[in-house]
Amino acid sequence: MEAYVSLFIKSVFIENLALMFFLGMCTFLAVSKKVSTAFGLGVAVIVVLGISVPVNNIIYHNILAPGALSWAGFPDADLSFLRFLAFIGVIAALVQILEMALDKYVPVLYNALGIFLPLITVNCAIFGGVSFMVERDYNFGESVVYGIGSGVGWALAIVALAAVREKLKYSDVPDGLRGLGITFISVGLIGLGFMSFSGVSL
Amino acid sequence: MASSAKEMKEVLFGPIFANNPIALQILGICSALAVTSKMENTVVMCIALTMVTAFSNLFISMIRNHIPSSVRIIVQMTIIASLVIVVDQILRAYAYSIAKELSVFVGLIITNCIVMGRAEAFAMKSSPGLSFLDGIGNGLGYSVVLLFVGFIRELFGSGSLFGTQIFALASEGGWYQPVGFLLFPPSAFFVIGAFIWILRTFRPEQVEPKD
Repeated sequence: MEAYVSLFIKSVFIENLALMFFLGMCTFLAVSKKVSTAFGLGVAVIVVLGISVPVNNIIYHNILAPGALSWAGFPDADLSFLRFLAFIGVIAALVQILEMALDKYVPVLYNALGIFLPLITVNCAIFGGVSFMVERDYNFGESVVYGIGSGVGWALAIVALAAVREKLKYSDVPDGLRGLGITFISVGLIGLGFMSFSGVSL
Repeated sequence: MASSAKEMKEVLFGPIFANNPIALQILGICSALAVTSKMENTVVMCIALTMVTAFSNLFISMIRNHIPSSVRIIVQMTIIASLVIVVDQILRAYAYSIAKELSVFVGLIITNCIVMGRAEAFAMKSSPGLSFLDGIGNGLGYSVVLLFVGFIRELFGSGSLFGTQIFALASEGGWYQPVGFLLFPPSAFFVIGAFIWILRTFRPEQVEPKD
């Protein structure tokens, strides 16, 4: 239990996907003009990461990993080179299914997340989360915690940035720096803030 | 013929400064920045991305008239993912230590918005030759930013370039006190912010309007 809690804290703060690994930067910068939309996207990312990391974990360990196909009579098969293709397919399919399911059963949430869901397929935070799960060899329980934790971390970062940008509107930024330039620098400063967590050891 | 040569030049060199994918189109920042603390990794990443963009543009453009528009994203994804697998396998075979250091970031080329964005915006509407050039051009535009960031971070962060010591470090009896901050991830944001500022000072038409 303790290991799970520390993995959660680690994935939210210390190894924040957005600020420490620069994942999901395109949407991170493009959809952070308002806190409310940023929050919607953040929730969508938590949901998709929370589902796709464990699902890909099951697929990887039962089909793709070296020797994983021994239950089907192929103990020497190593399909791990197919993993990029498999993961991206699973993520795209999951987002599609999630979209249809939400549309049918929870229309309120669907309307709130609506435009963000398709965007998430090409969000590198999802794919990065899945790749890190394979790289670090998490088991199923860890992958659930890691998926949700890294999603929460990403959501926190984008909401923080959106809040900063809302205030920035009133400031007098030099011409060349206005817009994208100053956003990059604010992200850098938020990143510095998050770096102070790296001293935390659990 | 003169106009088509001009057009080709535009497609190839336009993305480097005039329409830079990172500084202006906000594409492809995702997987890039974490690899820029060393020039060696940066160069490998740039070559990999340029290749993938160019070839995915080429292949997608070749079959663009046969792709039904409802499934085009999946088709594009599959082509891109296959190309990335090829790049990943080549890196593992010939440059294993670099492949290890780049870890998940090679795979992340799949979700790099430059590749996807160019496939969608350019390759679906243009001839294969032009699309290939557009892919190389955008790859170069991305490389310029990345190499600039990598150069600054490695030179001032550890006083070396491509692993060779340029500045003698103070800790080894030299004169240069390295700026350790540049080796941390957030520094890349400051360097890119500065790059955008410099670029826009020379090209004022890129300045964003006040809102």
